Order: sequence, then C-alpha cells, then structure tokens
Amino acid sequence: MARSVTTRRKAFNTAVAWAIGLLIFFPILWTILTSFKTEAQAIADPPVFLFFDWTLENYGVVMERSNYAKFLWNSIAIAGGSTLLGVLIAVPAAWSMAFVPSKRTKDILMWMLSTKMLPAVGVLYPIYLVFIKLGLLDTKFGLIVVLMLINLPIIVWMLYTYFREIPGEILEAARMDGAGLKEEIIHVLTPMALPGIASTVLLNLILAWNEAFWTLNLTAAQAAPLTAFIASYSSPEGLFFAKLSAASTMAIAPILILGWFSQKQLVRGLTFGAVK
Amino acid sequence: MATQHSRSAARLMMAPAVTLLLGWMLVPLAMTLYFSFKKYLPLRGGDLGWVGFENYVRFVTSSAFWPSIQTTLVIVGGVLVITTVLGVALALLLDQPMWGQGPVRILVIAPFFVMPTVSALVWKNMFMDPNYGLLADLWRAFGAEPVQWLSQASVPSIIMIVAWQWLPFATLILLTAIQSLDSEQLEAAEMDGAPSPKRFWYIILPHLGRAISVVILIQTIFLLGIFAEIFVTTGGAFGTKTLTYLIYQRVLESQNVGLGSAGGVYAIILANILAIFLMRIVGKNLDN
Amino acid sequence: MGRIVLEKVVKRFGQAEVIPPLDLTIEDGEFTVFVGPSGCGKSTLLRLIAGLEDVSSGRIVIDGTDATELAPAKRGLAMVFQSYALYPHMTVRRNIAFPMKMAGMDQAEQDRRIAKAAEALNLTDYLDRKPGQLSGGQRQRVAIGRAIVREPQAFLFDEPLSNLDAALRVGMRLEISELHKRLNTTMIYVTHDQVEAMTMADKIVVLRAGHIEQVGSPLDLYRTPRNLFVAGFIGSPRMNFIDGAEAAKHGAHTIGIRPEHMEVSSTSGLWKGRVGVAEHLGSDTFIHVHDTGLAETMTIRVDGEVDLHHGDTVYMTPREEMLHRFDAQGLRMAEVGVPA
Repeated sequence: MARSVTTRRKAFNTAVAWAIGLLIFFPILWTILTSFKTEAQAIADPPVFLFFDWTLENYGVVMERSNYAKFLWNSIAIAGGSTLLGVLIAVPAAWSMAFVPSKRTKDILMWMLSTKMLPAVGVLYPIYLVFIKLGLLDTKFGLIVVLMLINLPIIVWMLYTYFREIPGEILEAARMDGAGLKEEIIHVLTPMALPGIASTVLLNLILAWNEAFWTLNLTAAQAAPLTAFIASYSSPEGLFFAKLSAASTMAIAPILILGWFSQKQLVRGLTFGAVK
Repeated sequence: MATQHSRSAARLMMAPAVTLLLGWMLVPLAMTLYFSFKKYLPLRGGDLGWVGFENYVRFVTSSAFWPSIQTTLVIVGGVLVITTVLGVALALLLDQPMWGQGPVRILVIAPFFVMPTVSALVWKNMFMDPNYGLLADLWRAFGAEPVQWLSQASVPSIIMIVAWQWLPFATLILLTAIQSLDSEQLEAAEMDGAPSPKRFWYIILPHLGRAISVVILIQTIFLLGIFAEIFVTTGGAFGTKTLTYLIYQRVLESQNVGLGSAGGVYAIILANILAIFLMRIVGKNLDN
Repeated sequence: MGRIVLEKVVKRFGQAEVIPPLDLTIEDGEFTVFVGPSGCGKSTLLRLIAGLEDVSSGRIVIDGTDATELAPAKRGLAMVFQSYALYPHMTVRRNIAFPMKMAGMDQAEQDRRIAKAAEALNLTDYLDRKPGQLSGGQRQRVAIGRAIVREPQAFLFDEPLSNLDAALRVGMRLEISELHKRLNTTMIYVTHDQVEAMTMADKIVVLRAGHIEQVGSPLDLYRTPRNLFVAGFIGSPRMNFIDGAEAAKHGAHTIGIRPEHMEVSSTSGLWKGRVGVAEHLGSDTFIHVHDTGLAETMTIRVDGEVDLHHGDTVYMTPREEMLHRFDAQGLRMAEVGVPA
C-alpha cells in the first residue's frame, strides 16, 4: 500500500510485536540461558536472567552421561534418509497429479492425506511385529522407512501444489524438443521447482527430526535418535534443570540453526505449500 | 495436455507412492482387525484364541473409554480454537508496518522447531513445576499460591503446551494469506466507508477462509496423534488420557494386544469420521 | 518435406466432440493460418498435429509417413507457444541448445547453429542472459530460435503474438513472415486475430466449433466468403448484414456489404441514416450509422478525412457489384450468371 504510516504508529506496532514475539520465544531462550547456569542458579527464586556465572559444566555432564554424537548421527541419518527417500518417491507421483490430472486426482490426494489420520497407536503392535519379523527393530533403516511413509502424503501434497505453479506449456515445449519423461523431470521440472522442493525438504526434515512416537517405540540402544536422548531426562534425579536445559539445547540446536540459515524456504515450507 | 502415452506414464509414476501407502494402510489395518478378535496377551500366554467381539465390548464399557474420547476432543478442539484465534490476531499484527519484521517472524515461528519431547519436558519442569518452575516464582511474586499445573489444571496445561507448538504454524499460514490479499480491495472498502472492524469482518476474514481450512485440516491430522506431550508430562494421569494414550496403555503397559487392537479400530473409526467431516468442509475450500 | 495431411481426424474429450471428422491438406512450404473465435478448436487441432494430444480417430500424415502414433518429438515439428514456454533456469544459449542436446547433436554443430540463429534473430548479445532478463519481443525471438535450430519439417505457432503489445506485434508479424520467405518451410499458425491471418497467410483455414468453414487464400475469403460466418469474421471493420425487404429486392435472405464498398454523401443516396460515432483515423474514417431501418448499426469506411459528426444525416449507396448475397441457411448464393 502506497501510504505513509506515522512513525508513532510504527513504533507502537514494533513494540507490541517484539513483546509478543519475545514472549513466544521466551521458553526457548530461557532453556538456552539455563543450560549455562549451575543447578542452584537454575532454580533460584527470584530467577536470574543474565547475571550469573556462565558455565559449560552442564554440557560436559550431559556428554558424559550419554553418547550425544551417536544420537545426533542417528537423527541426521533418519531425518535425512526418510526425507530423501520420500522426495524420490513423491516427485514422480506429484508430477502425475499436477500435469496429467484426472477426475480421481483430488480423491487420491485426499486419500493419501487421510492415511495420516490413521492413529499410529492403533497400528503400533502390528508394525512392531512386522519389524521383529523383518529384523528392522532398532535399525535406522526401519525408522527411515516408517517416517518416510508417514510423511509421504505431506511431501506429495506439497510438491503437487508447487508443481501446479509451473506452466504445463514449458513441459510440452520440452516434449516437443525431444525430451523424454526422464529428461523432462531432470532438466526442466526439477530445476524449476527447486525452491519448492527445498521448502518441502526442510519441512520434512523438521517433521522427521521431531517425530516422537515411532522413534520412541521402535528403537532401543542402536538406532535411537535425539528424541530418545531427551526422553531419558523425563524422570528427574535430584536437581537437574540446568542439565535438562543443556540436553534440550543440544537436541534442538541443529534444527534451530538450519532454520535460521534457510528462513525463506522454511517459511514457505511451513505453509505446507497450501497458501501462496 | 494428455496423450495416452503420458496418461500411462502418469499411472506408472504414481504407482510407487500409491502402492506403498496402500500397503502402509492395509497391512497394519488387517493385522489390527485380526488381533482385535483375539485374546492376545504376549507376556501371559500369547494367542489365547478367538473371542469374537469381546474386546470391542470390553473396550467401550471400560470406565476410561468415554472420558478418553471427551479428553481427545477437548484437547484437539481447544488447541484448534486457540491457535486459530490467536493466529489470526498475530498475523494481523505482523502484517502491520514495523521495524524488524523478519526477526520477529523468526521468534514467532521458533517453537515449531522444538521437538515435542523437549517442549513437554521444558514446560513441565522449568515452567510448570509447582516448586521450582518459573510460573510458580511468578505466582509467589504476586503473593499467590503456586498452581499445581499438571495435576490441578492438567488438560488446560497440555492444551497450552500443544498450542504453543502449533501457534507458529497457524500464524505463518494466516500471515501468508493476509499478505496475498489484494490491497486494492481494502482501499476500495475504505473508499466505500467501511471502518476497519468491518473491513476485517467482510473482507479479510472471508479471504482467510481457505487458509483457516488448511490450518484446521493439517493441525487436526497431527493433533489426533499427540503422544509425547502426554507421555512426558502426566503419563495419562489427571484426566489427560486421550484415546491414543488409552490404547497405548492397553497395548504396551497392560500388554493386552487384543483389547488394544479393538481400541485401535475405534480410533481408526473416529479418525475416519473426523476425516470425512473435515474433507467435506475443507475439500470444498481447497478447490481453486 | 513438410506436407501435412489430416484424414478424418476426430477429437473427443469424454462425450464432447470438439473436432468432428476433419480433412485438411497443408502443402509443403505453405504458410497456413488457423483462425476462428476462441473455443473453435484451432489450438486443439494444432496440438493434435504436434502430438500433444491424441486423436480419437483418423490419421495424421506428415511428409508421407503416418505420424498418428508418433511421440511429439519424433514428428519433426517445432512449436512456438503462446507463453513462449522458455526454460527460466537456462540461459538463452542453453534454451536454444536444448532440443539439439536432447537429440545428442555434437557440440560444434550446436554452436554453429546457435550462432546462426542468434545472428538471424538479433540475439547474439543476449545469449548469456536468462529469459527473465529479456523483453517480451526478445523472449519471442528466443522461442523462435529454439524452433529453427532443429531445422524442422514444419513450424507450429500457437497464438505467438497475443502476449505482445500492439507495436511489437506488428514488428514480430513481419519478422515471422520474413522468416517464412527465407526458410520456405511449412508453417502452421494459430490466431484469433483475422488481421494476422490476412497479412501472413498463404492459406487461411477458418474454423468454427471444430468445423472448417472455409479454406482459401486471404483474398478468396475476402472476396467470396462461403457463408455468413466467414463473411463476418474476415475483414475489418466487419461486413454489414441486411435482412428482410431490402435483401429480398436482391432475391436473397441476407445481403452483405463491406464498409469500404459504400459511397457516402450528405445529400443523396440509396439508404439514409444518422451518424452515431465517426472515428477519425486520419488515413480513413469509420462512420457508424444508426436509424437506417436496415440494421442496428451500419459501418462505412471512407478514405481520408470526412466532415461528418454525431447527429448528422448521411446517405449511403452500396457498390452493386460488391454486394454479397446469402440464402436462408446463411450460404453464399451464386452471383447472377456466375456459379458460387
């Protein structure tokens, strides 16, 4: 809107927005701050905000207590693997739906989304049995497959909405130019949809990273990702707020950092491609 | 733009995704149905034979069943209402001209990055702990008796934790939608003499219809399955047992797979009722 | 070479028959324009020839081979799309090279053809830009460049000028015509603009609702339109049509007279009316006349400047030999002594 806004009005907006933004962000900020306190300072009343003796001791204790690197690697492998696999399967499907739509396209899409409504807990035991039979229990591969399947409908949906923004004429031009289906997807569609694919990948990395039902129930010592690492802090042993904060910070830091560096794609991804 | 060739290619390329999802849906579903008609106690004798509908009857007649349905609906509904209403308000605020819009937006969406186990643990201990939590400190600072959040106000507490996680998502979708509103429409309404509440009611809100549908659809899908937030905080105590959690207890804590599976079938039915209901409303809105 | 024959081609979308059985031959080297109002099936027909749509029945023969079942790329055709359909992530050079790369042509030959095409289309300075950095006319030229490097049997143009502004459109029209003269390759050009059809075509195919209304050279269509539809569609301003008693005087159900085929006078003439709007273009004047008792509005085109204004009384006299006569079915009637 080509209209000047009074500075006072703008200052007021800024103040209110920052206040609310900080309020929403506060639990995360507080967790990060607390991770640098001693246990005594962590529960001090009145609470201390910045003027305390900063210490890295908690991180040392957490590292000693459990093998952070292993949990981290499992998280990366599982989130990355399931997202990559999901995108590889979803791109052709989304291509079909976006560029060769039929009367049933919408129904298939809705059906795919509806599989996400199946309560995981309802099918936990069967999946558990299947996993034992196939020797997939507590393996990264098993979790990669499961997380790929639960996120596949979302990936297909997002890619479908991004692909639909690409004019069909360009793909037809490629076809006239002699591109086969493979070349059409590799040389034309994928590069054009790259921002959308990036957004999809980012969102699914987050969803897979944070998934806390299957990762908790299908893993033990070997394949457990960071969700399990943090769940081991759910039963308190003495004073532990600072250590809990350190562990929490370590669990969410990779995603926070990733999010920070890819704001634009992420913001787009967080809308699930549903709103432009 | 469809030739026979491209149509058959399309079917072929859709096949992996459809087949996998079909398998993912049907195999566990069939197994769940199978177990639900059995007395099956893995740690106490295993498969003890067919029992017909006994598990179904037992599950529904158990005193925990109806409360669990109620809890599920209250939590899902509560989170939806809070996130949608606050989401619209926040989106309107963030759409205003201000300094540092980008950083504020990052602050607001940050909770979405936090894994549910972490957010539940942090809220439970560092904020809602009746002795050492920050909220207790705050209450004491005003001379009030600290609230036993997770036992005295357990359901609202869980709604709050979950709403905190999902508010960023709602805000972001609604903000994107508001920004896509043609500003000429608003200017036309202003010329027509509509004051800002009326502009909001007659122009902005209808424009947000589709975005709100998306928020409700996607959140419902995820909220029906919330688990970690309850597992970590109350463990299902103090009236926070959702249907999901009740089934979890039957299967894993009581190791009664038959009974749990019957519950699973109920949960699937409930999800499908909600799904049909939602698709009806939302599906219409998604056609563009 | 690029002789294209359509035999009994039919296209159905579900129940709806958008192209009823249709026969058409396009001779090698001919510039053929498909023209008609929107929804007449002209783009569908082009896409059938391109292979972007399947024919429901019938045969398409290109250069003597049955191409009905061939994939688009195997038909030896190049197409320029309405939206240009350039690949936005590739430079102009890579856009033009794409079809050759797909064909596995060797690099030296690719470079030679790109250089030649760029030279011919004035794109040499823009080869390393992306389409987003080009103007509409330049994008159009890149699309044409991408088509010519393939040295196709025939070029297909799908309303290629409709996204350009008026001035550019005239320029591009000339460029495409010149390209045709130079290459002498078959071109099929789809447009809804009868001016483009008249100025560019060797042969015009007028389509309505999937039917061919008439095929012929621009002047054939102008002089002897086969029916009311063609008569009304070709020519600008539109032909005037008169029903009733005045037509009956000529033994016809409807008579038509083009605006440029009437004499105008402020004192005397066959028909009388009142000037509604006079459009003064300088080179000529279009006068829209009301209250003639013959038709709602009659349009007259007069060379140069005429001093007529709103409300003036005006007399019109048609040039008898330029009258078109149509029967009750809207078909052209034989001229007196000459078969239609």
